[in-house]
Amino acid sequence: TNSPCCPPLVRVCTRLHVSPRAGDRYSSRSWRAGAGAVTEVTRVAKSLPAVVTMAAVPDVCKPKTKRAKRFLEKRDPKIIENTKNAMLIKGGNTSETVTQALRDIYSLKKPNAVLYKKKNITRPFEDQTSVEFFSKKSDCSLFMFGSHNKKRPHNLIIGRMFDYHVLDMVELGIEKFESLRDFKNSKSAEGSKPMLIFAGDAFEIDNDLKRVKNLFIDFFRGPTVPKIRLAGLEIVLHFTAFAGKIFMRSYKVLLKKSGCRIPRIELEEMGPSFNFILRRTHFASDDLYKKSLKQPKALKAKKKKNISQDVFGTTYGRIHMEKQDLSKLQTRKMKGLKKRKAGKNVIADESESSPKKMKV
Amino acid sequence: MAALAAEQLVAEAERSVRVERPVELELDLGSLTALDTNPLKAGGQREAEAWLRSLARDNTQLLVNAVWQLPSERLQEGVVASLPPPSTRIPREKPVPKPRAPTRWEQFAKLKGIRKKKKSGLVWDESRKEWRRRWGYQRANDETKEWVLEVPDSADPNEDQFAKRVAAKKERVAKNELNRLRNIARAQKHKVPGLGLAPTPQPSKAELGEAIRVARASTASVGKFQPRLPKEQEPRNAGQRRKFQPLIGDFSAERRRQLELLDVISSKKPRLDTTKAANRQLREDDQEQAAKRKKMRPKGRKGGNSHNRNNKGKGQHRKTGMKPHGKRK
Repeated sequence: TNSPCCPPLVRVCTRLHVSPRAGDRYSSRSWRAGAGAVTEVTRVAKSLPAVVTMAAVPDVCKPKTKRAKRFLEKRDPKIIENTKNAMLIKGGNTSETVTQALRDIYSLKKPNAVLYKKKNITRPFEDQTSVEFFSKKSDCSLFMFGSHNKKRPHNLIIGRMFDYHVLDMVELGIEKFESLRDFKNSKSAEGSKPMLIFAGDAFEIDNDLKRVKNLFIDFFRGPTVPKIRLAGLEIVLHFTAFAGKIFMRSYKVLLKKSGCRIPRIELEEMGPSFNFILRRTHFASDDLYKKSLKQPKALKAKKKKNISQDVFGTTYGRIHMEKQDLSKLQTRKMKGLKKRKAGKNVIADESESSPKKMKV
Repeated sequence: MAALAAEQLVAEAERSVRVERPVELELDLGSLTALDTNPLKAGGQREAEAWLRSLARDNTQLLVNAVWQLPSERLQEGVVASLPPPSTRIPREKPVPKPRAPTRWEQFAKLKGIRKKKKSGLVWDESRKEWRRRWGYQRANDETKEWVLEVPDSADPNEDQFAKRVAAKKERVAKNELNRLRNIARAQKHKVPGLGLAPTPQPSKAELGEAIRVARASTASVGKFQPRLPKEQEPRNAGQRRKFQPLIGDFSAERRRQLELLDVISSKKPRLDTTKAANRQLREDDQEQAAKRKKMRPKGRKGGNSHNRNNKGKGQHRKTGMKPHGKRK
């Protein structure tokens, strides 16, 4: 992608003014080179290897405005990443079910989603370049591609990207779909963080479904927050793996008064409900997946030194002391037993105070 | 009595929020996720929605119970619970950022122990008697705004000092840009282009050779028509010998090429277009015949055409490449 400002290397170089003066380091050489057409910097530029293209090498094109700089900084790899955005794309031919499904999921994922209106004639499973291009342009690492044809009716491909390349993709067929419109009740607030529940031991046993579960969590999770308002737990997405199908239901959470502090939960179905059937999958190889899971060292919790805990939970600390001369140790003083100088005015050392008792 | 009743109420309340499960749910409170690995019992078709809803209700109750156990505090927005960091490992969006490589100056400064001095943003401008910024728009002590320049004694009186100042600035800017690019090239481990010929009092043989080469190439036609010196030799291995495609180039082109290759390998049709080959052979034969006929014409028509033809018709061709036999069961 071309960043907003990108002067080609040659243009930069011709700024070097050719001035035939002996002392100057840059221009003397160019003068010696004769003709003045080939200046030092352009010669340098020509000797740079061809692989160093503008788009490939970062930092070569520096942004000229603060706005452009902020734009690029937002898309840079970071230690703590931004919330993942999702892009919802329509394929060459889409059915009513699929378009409505995409619209419903967009309203679930707002504002961390973009819904593209136009149809795109691509097949993500055959050729991933189109999806990768969209991802790069819109800086979205999650995508959902809906299509419909005779062989795969009401098809929904959910996928995620790593470094703008496809990491995992799962093709799900919609067997039964009920949209937000079909449930005539009030919906939860837009943008609230959903609770995700996965039921069924298939999610634990089957490797494919494990990845699918991870993908669903990644897709629907929303921003990671340190604190959450207890009244704001409004929506729950419930996935059940049963009889080879995945049932997704969305409920609005009603917190009813129970006698104790914890409220009793009542659910009201509000949202899109799907009966998915797992079709094709394209999962990343193990090493690519491991690479994508790698977290930066800065995020690792710093271990505090000299503090340890035993089995019972008691915390022990370790103090390192200097070596003490035990003969000069301050102990309790008995004023009466102090040696006094015979005769003359003896001024007792009042300044010496007994040491404070050490609190253990 | 009242105490008993109160106790009963409390017990009842706790029962209403309690859910019994043989296997505990695996909770990830950081991302508000729960995994229920209890085996599901099949409900009837009609009760499916109701069964799903009751299952969801129970699971949500368990999750909410866990969230309510977290340490909470009362803020102006309401009661807020602090969530722990998420425990599910989710792949990152982009790779871990690599620390920036130090520039040449930074390496030198580290070596010498030079530390950056924090400079103030504003500087006192003596001429205008006010505080102005150190650099940028309307800066203090702006040299470009000087409208009087002294001509030094050693300089040519007809020289344009203002143009000289502008040229010097351009030189400095270009030098800075060059160094910035060289720092980047060094950081990326690309070949750092050298600065070329530095003026030396006693150049070595290699340096002289380099100077000759540069001087030779510094013509309008890049040294193509430059005659060689009497004892100067032609460079033997000048120019690229082979050009390879970059390892990571155009993905779609590479993909297309590889798919085409697969198509070629897996297609049933033999690579050799036998009809074309046959036709070509026939045409060659015809030409031969025609040539022979021309030679033989003065001698009369001795050899006929038809029986000299080879048996290479459309249907009779030799199969090129035997298919390997698979395991026969």
